[in-house]
Amino acid sequence: MKKLTVSILQFPGTNCEYDTVYAFKKMGHHTHIVWHKEENLPEKTDLVVVPGGFSYGDYLRSGSIARFSPVMKAVKQYAENGGRVLGICNGFQILTEMGLLPGALKRNNNLHFISKHQTIKVINQDNAFLNQCSKDEILDIPVAHADGNYYIDDWGLEELEKNGQILLKYCDTDGTPTVLNGSVEQIAGICNSEKNVFGLMPHPERAMEFVLGSEDGIRMLKGFQHA
Amino acid sequence: MKAIVNVYLKEGVLDPQGKAAHHALGSLGFDNVSDVRIGKQIILTLKATDKAAVEAEVKEMTETLLANTVIEDYSIEISE
Repeated sequence: MKKLTVSILQFPGTNCEYDTVYAFKKMGHHTHIVWHKEENLPEKTDLVVVPGGFSYGDYLRSGSIARFSPVMKAVKQYAENGGRVLGICNGFQILTEMGLLPGALKRNNNLHFISKHQTIKVINQDNAFLNQCSKDEILDIPVAHADGNYYIDDWGLEELEKNGQILLKYCDTDGTPTVLNGSVEQIAGICNSEKNVFGLMPHPERAMEFVLGSEDGIRMLKGFQHA
Repeated sequence: MKAIVNVYLKEGVLDPQGKAAHHALGSLGFDNVSDVRIGKQIILTLKATDKAAVEAEVKEMTETLLANTVIEDYSIEISE
């Protein structure tokens, strides 16, 4: 197994950075928490994680202000050079706002903050993130968001489908895609066309312990050490 | 000068808040409403005095930060 150096970003309002540290440490990796005012990422970073929370209080739009923090310039360059970036929940919102991932995340259709365990289905596992999962596998992962309603236009959706960029969909326990928040095609997670930037609304870092409900998050996050 | 920026979801992008408000108006007996769209208004006070320059600058601000043009449209009104 490859021991990774994982850099986890922290903005004012981020609240999942320590869960993310816990998750990667449990798998034996080095972690750094990187304050958003930093202009550089730690040397030898193998993976950048933009964790969940409510950066800048979700003011204006979720993720819209965090994308202009100094560290994001370094993240953009890192991603453009092929570096791996994973955005979870608010991190996914930030990555779409800055254009590293296509589409946008709107307010949930039912206007509720949805916080519960949710089954999700693996649609494409042929990438650096989900390579330890199998296609059509059903995972039990918590969701907790108000703005998780993924939107992309028809042309963009076609591109995602064609390139295998749809990673995860919300589904019921037998795997049938199910409406959770109004997302186009029930999409829960995607990647960019180069397959080095990943974003998802569910929280794998909250599914690391069987006694806390699920350890399916381990199978998701350990993909990076094998890729 | 003042600039008023109105930001709202694009036509064809479902507006869940507008839909909920529409439904509530219907239950209150206001049957004459065929659609409700909810947006936000951002009011800027600017130091500059050249209207054309202000308009161009506010447009840039809107496209950079105030609106997400993937899902939102906007309009700008400039006044003294």
